[in-house]
Amino acid sequence: MDHTHSQNPRELQMARRLCWHCQSEVSGEYFCDRCAKVQPVSKETDYFTCFGFPRRLTIDQSKLEAKFYELSRAFHPDFYQSKSEREQTISLGNSATLNSAYRTLRDPIQRAEYLLDLDAGAIKEIRNSPPADLFEEILELQDTLNEYRGADRTSAIWQQLRAKLQAEQLTLEQRKQDMEASLQQLFTDWDALQDRGDSTSQARTEQDPLLMRMREILSNRTYVKSIVNDLVATIG
Amino acid sequence: MSRIVGIDLGTTNSLVAYMKEGHPCVIPGRNERTMVPSVVAMTDNGLIVGDPAKEHLTRTPERTVYSVKRFMGKALEDVQGELAYFPYSLTEQGGVIRIKLGEKSYSPPQISAMILKELKHRAEEHLGESITKAVITVPAYFNDSQRQATKDAGMIAGLDVLRIINEPTAASLAYGLQEKTQGTIAVYDFGGGTFDISILKLKNGIFEVLATNGDTHLGGDDLDREIANLFLADILSQHEIDLSAYPDHMQTIRLAAEQAKIELSDELNTQVSIELPGNKGRFTRKLTRDQLESLTMGIIERTLVPCRMALKDAGLTPDAIDEIVLVGGSTRMPLVRQRVQELFRKTPHCEINPDEVVALGAAVQADILSGGTTDMLLLDVTPLSLGIETMGGVMSSLIRRNTTIPASAKEMFTTYVDGQTGVDIHILQGERELANDNRSLAKFRLNVPPLPAGVPRIEVTFLIDANGILNVNASDMRTGQSQSIEVKPSYGLSDQEVEQMIEDSFKFAAEDVNARKLIETRLEAGALSTTMEKSLSEGGQLVVPEEITAIRAALSALATAKDGNDPRAIRARMADLERSAERLTVAMLNDSLTRGLQGKKVSDLT
Repeated sequence: MDHTHSQNPRELQMARRLCWHCQSEVSGEYFCDRCAKVQPVSKETDYFTCFGFPRRLTIDQSKLEAKFYELSRAFHPDFYQSKSEREQTISLGNSATLNSAYRTLRDPIQRAEYLLDLDAGAIKEIRNSPPADLFEEILELQDTLNEYRGADRTSAIWQQLRAKLQAEQLTLEQRKQDMEASLQQLFTDWDALQDRGDSTSQARTEQDPLLMRMREILSNRTYVKSIVNDLVATIG
Repeated sequence: MSRIVGIDLGTTNSLVAYMKEGHPCVIPGRNERTMVPSVVAMTDNGLIVGDPAKEHLTRTPERTVYSVKRFMGKALEDVQGELAYFPYSLTEQGGVIRIKLGEKSYSPPQISAMILKELKHRAEEHLGESITKAVITVPAYFNDSQRQATKDAGMIAGLDVLRIINEPTAASLAYGLQEKTQGTIAVYDFGGGTFDISILKLKNGIFEVLATNGDTHLGGDDLDREIANLFLADILSQHEIDLSAYPDHMQTIRLAAEQAKIELSDELNTQVSIELPGNKGRFTRKLTRDQLESLTMGIIERTLVPCRMALKDAGLTPDAIDEIVLVGGSTRMPLVRQRVQELFRKTPHCEINPDEVVALGAAVQADILSGGTTDMLLLDVTPLSLGIETMGGVMSSLIRRNTTIPASAKEMFTTYVDGQTGVDIHILQGERELANDNRSLAKFRLNVPPLPAGVPRIEVTFLIDANGILNVNASDMRTGQSQSIEVKPSYGLSDQEVEQMIEDSFKFAAEDVNARKLIETRLEAGALSTTMEKSLSEGGQLVVPEEITAIRAALSALATAKDGNDPRAIRARMADLERSAERLTVAMLNDSLTRGLQGKKVSDLT
């Protein structure tokens, strides 16, 4: 297990959690050991912890789904219909949190973005703007798109622009795929680093460049994705 | 826990079902029919609902409400385009449509409440116990206002609505229970007024909705309208009569169009014959299935657009769908089945009666809530994105469509001016960029302590519950105090209005009971008169002429009382009639006994 600085106070806090109903100490995950009442998922609990998963970027989808179904059966308001109002409120809140957690964790990109926010550390302040070459390309593409939208559908120029945009779309989609492949590699590297489990300054120096690289690609990918969406919406 | 029933509150028909020994079943009425037509008529003797009300469609069209579901959670401007089709008059008050029936005006939830009460009454009679809790189904694509209006209707009817569930998902529960289906299924639900498509993943008792889409203004009603318009055009050209000036005939045409459509699901051609106003004879014409299909093809194609969008949102191709289930009366049309089959490339399922499957599923959900069924769980989604209006009139999305519910989103608000004491928040639902193009759900003002600009930090939580209904909460991050928010719905009844309607409904309940009693007494009186007439004609010779005169007098007194509005007077005249006919009855009994005994020996009788 990794014990980074940010996690320790949180774990201490969880250890001292008291049941809202019988005031006894809660050591179990979501239910009081003594009165078996459902406990609210704490605001501080991150999505990985919520699912009982380590903070890794590669997740076994079928395990994630199985856990989601299991927790849904534990929290869903359907099963709290005859319980007290307080328990119904907790069930509703927990279900909503669980659903957000599942939505975030099941998508590799959202999962990575979420983890980056949690573990950003020193790189949190880095500005996210597209690199100059990509920026240039996007601007040029926007111009072509505008020209295409304004062009007469029967003209030869319209045909030319359309062909150009179609080619551009293919290039960008390829680029997006390449980015996703690099991300996949970075995810694996990151997880391996976490598995080593040391929290020395040496590990930290290996970790930060990885985080930075991931953040950069994720952010560039967002630009590419939105321009591809724009392209698809325009040329169909 | 007391019993919870499942109710399908449909555009054309409504049903109530319950779980009986692990199997859902629909509760029939006294007439053995399972469906209650969603029709409410205002008669001289009060309001009537269902089959008897349906008879008033052509008699008093201006006072007979049908398809009220189309108006739930809507403002008048939303339905401007189809006002001409409805013979009853619609107005608006506080963003909510009102339907004028005689002297009074009713909101759509009040009309729906009358239908719900009829179903409640039916269930109580059948089960012999008081029913106060229900699960009610709505189209999956219903927005927040439409869901809230349905919940209001339940409250007005004296029902605690424990859950609003989506019709296609309810259907999947019924199928899941009966067929033990696993895998990815698509539910194509084409009803009387609405269309829904839902794609679900069924695995180990979990029913997870992946995506849903639809059109809350697309149904069998629209198909009927196309056919009716064809008839109207024919009548205009052949008989030079513009029927739109005759509301009662317009209803006859609408019903004839519906009937023709239904017949053409089994037959290749049909014949309509409608009496024209002012002794202008009859309009007759043939309609073939081919003609029907070319008339309605456009509407049926419109259902395929949401299907493709739902597939796209679920990230699936048609091949990934293992099974397709048909729900709703409109799926009986062969063309509908054919187009669905072509899109999904597999034969659709329709083993469970498409009219009843939604109510059956609602009963299953009711059983889950009451703790009876524990192995099944439905995880539904919100059909539309929820957001708030931001600077420049743009919608900023907080909860995306097809997000599993319950779902929540938090947003931090602050001030732009020193000492500002309020922040206005406008909540929207829809998929468009601009706030104005989306549905306005509610506006409210967030109270902020007067502080320098940017200092206050108010966190607002938007939570969509398991009913798909929005709840809003705010808390001041500085003080940790939460703030209750008075949300005035843009297109809905306020809490006070709903309370008033519940009160009114108790007041009218007495009137309703009287109306029901009157109808029932009249029916009994009619039956008694018929029996007596028969006795007179068969056994008149058995009594003296004075008695016959007395019986005739009692019969005509009863007929007069029957035309009146007092059930007690009818009862009294019925008793008079029975008394005056006593001797005749006895004489006939003796006579039949004597004749029965003829030719029999005494020994045979013991």
